[in-house]
Amino acid sequence: MTVRTFGHRSVVSLVVVFSLATTVWAAPSGQPIRIGGTLALTGALAPTALLHKIAGELYVEELNKGNGLLGRPVEWVLLDDQSKPDLTRSLYEKLITVDKVDLIIGPYATSGILAAMGVAQRYNKVYVHHSFGMPHLAKYEMHFPTASFGPEPQKSIPTTVFDALAATSKPPKSVAIVTSKFPSAQYQSSGAKEIAEKRGLKVALYLEYEFGTRDWGSLAARVKDANADLLWVGALGLDGNQLLEAMKKLDYTPPRHFHLFPAPGPLAVAPDGKNALSVTVFEEHPPFTNNPGAAKMIPLFRERATKANVPYPHVETQVAGSWAAWQVLEAAVTATKSLDDKAMAQWLRKNRVETIIGKLRFDGPNNYGDDLFKVKQVQDGRWVVVWPREFAAPGAKLSPP
Amino acid sequence: MPSATLLGQSIVSGLLAGGLYALLALGLSLSWGLLRLVNLTHFALALLGAYLTYQLGHVLHLSPWVAAAAIVPAFFLLGVALHAVFAYFRVAEFASLLVTFGLAVILESLIQWFWTADYRRYETAYATMSIRVGPLFIPTLEMLACLTAVVLAFATWAWLRFTYVGKALRASAEDPVMAAAFGVNHRRQAFLLSGVSAAYAGIAGVYIALMATLAPSQIWTWLGVVFAVVIIGGLANPIGALFAGFLIGVSESVTMAVVTPAWAPLVSFSVLILLLILRPSRV
Repeated sequence: MTVRTFGHRSVVSLVVVFSLATTVWAAPSGQPIRIGGTLALTGALAPTALLHKIAGELYVEELNKGNGLLGRPVEWVLLDDQSKPDLTRSLYEKLITVDKVDLIIGPYATSGILAAMGVAQRYNKVYVHHSFGMPHLAKYEMHFPTASFGPEPQKSIPTTVFDALAATSKPPKSVAIVTSKFPSAQYQSSGAKEIAEKRGLKVALYLEYEFGTRDWGSLAARVKDANADLLWVGALGLDGNQLLEAMKKLDYTPPRHFHLFPAPGPLAVAPDGKNALSVTVFEEHPPFTNNPGAAKMIPLFRERATKANVPYPHVETQVAGSWAAWQVLEAAVTATKSLDDKAMAQWLRKNRVETIIGKLRFDGPNNYGDDLFKVKQVQDGRWVVVWPREFAAPGAKLSPP
Repeated sequence: MPSATLLGQSIVSGLLAGGLYALLALGLSLSWGLLRLVNLTHFALALLGAYLTYQLGHVLHLSPWVAAAAIVPAFFLLGVALHAVFAYFRVAEFASLLVTFGLAVILESLIQWFWTADYRRYETAYATMSIRVGPLFIPTLEMLACLTAVVLAFATWAWLRFTYVGKALRASAEDPVMAAAFGVNHRRQAFLLSGVSAAYAGIAGVYIALMATLAPSQIWTWLGVVFAVVIIGGLANPIGALFAGFLIGVSESVTMAVVTPAWAPLVSFSVLILLLILRPSRV
């Protein structure tokens, strides 16, 4: 009898487990959920956007290897915005009205994100994005950023950087600031000027240059002439590399140099990039890699990025921000069990989302939450976090000039 | 006020930048002035040359000068082949702008497909070498590029002025019917000139590979300024292109040093507009 009862229960348990297993692990089926977005696959922003493309493709693949979204497969409808905000705007209009995608995800970089935000607002779409640097301009209530600068990056980023340097044995007394006129870089660098002055640092030079400048020789000559303790470059992509190289030709290396939004690979691997400083939300070392999602994602990204000939095939702030954006979108769909934009937005505003870069919240000014940025430095050809100390790579500390 | 050293250094930088502008402008000026082809493919060819130099150097570990020895003749043939296409379809001056723009976009896509959109940097030992002259530094590679531009500009000028082919090319550009009446075979010479223009793009590409970090979108980086150089220098005028390159380079550079870098592009195009107002016959 006991045996029979046990057997009966076992059969019932097996059926339950099997049903659960098929529910949870079954391959997604049915009409795909289409998520539309653009990236700068060509143009000036393409080198960094390539990292976002790889991250997005991997994320969608991983989703589809599991249960998809709501049990349905996911399709990423990705278009090339050619690094042009005007084209980005038109393409999002097309994605929503012609391709009739179910959800959207943001493009790369501030100008494109801002251009598409107006379209998202017009059609009341939830708009998750990963690289927007001017929070005060993001007035749309259903936008959700994973570039976790906090609401005032023009203050918080320079403050973090100057704090880190002030804690060294030889804090800088003067700073030369040269910045691209690309909106977010210019905005945060002009903030750096204000913060520096407030902290009593002498601003020996403040210069703005056009995005896409060709002649770095004269800029280098001015930086050399200013001879400040710290060089702050409001850099995008390769600006920092080119300026450092031009300065080296003038036999000048700044004692310390900070780069705002550099293409991560070239600066890390270039000889001139030694000791370069920047900011990040994620690097490939503890405590960031303690996140189980990160541990799984890192080898996948490395393999794919190596195959794509990316010179620095490591997960860093760009890739992690992108991955987090997909995580936020997935969390909203899963939690609300729907594709309803308003329901998703409501949920996101009330809940924190666990991501690879930390727990994100969207209940601050303009939906910005905490400032999660840390200071990183190139050491032995790799980016490692050096500040705050509790996030520093094991054994790493900010290298002196 | 900027210091004398800063001013001197910015003039040196401007002259060297102007040398590269001139190097890029030479081929464009020749094809526009003598073949009546506004060849935007020229910029794509220069970048292709740069990527090939990178590939030969970085992957096959060939010296850039060996790479140049392979790229320049190959580009000559490519130029000849391109001209065969233009001649077959009888591409006219204004149509050439559209056709060559299309070709440049195709080449950009091919470059991106092969080398990806990510940055490529050809690291060489001499990339950051400079010669010191008093308080001023002259970057070696930029100086070599500038000297190459000077040599090519004067050699091309002499070729056009003193050789039969050069005179025939100029005659055909001036009056094709009359030139043909004197037995000038414009077709054959056009192929030669197209090959030379493309070879110049290849030479510029080798220097770009050594001096700059490469990305496919760079095809368009020099477009505006090089057009300004070609127009200011005068079509099919190699010496003019050289000095126009220096003029633009120095005015940009001094603006950067004295005022602000953001004004540099404004200055170069203001020079162009001023010249077009004062001498509208330039184009």
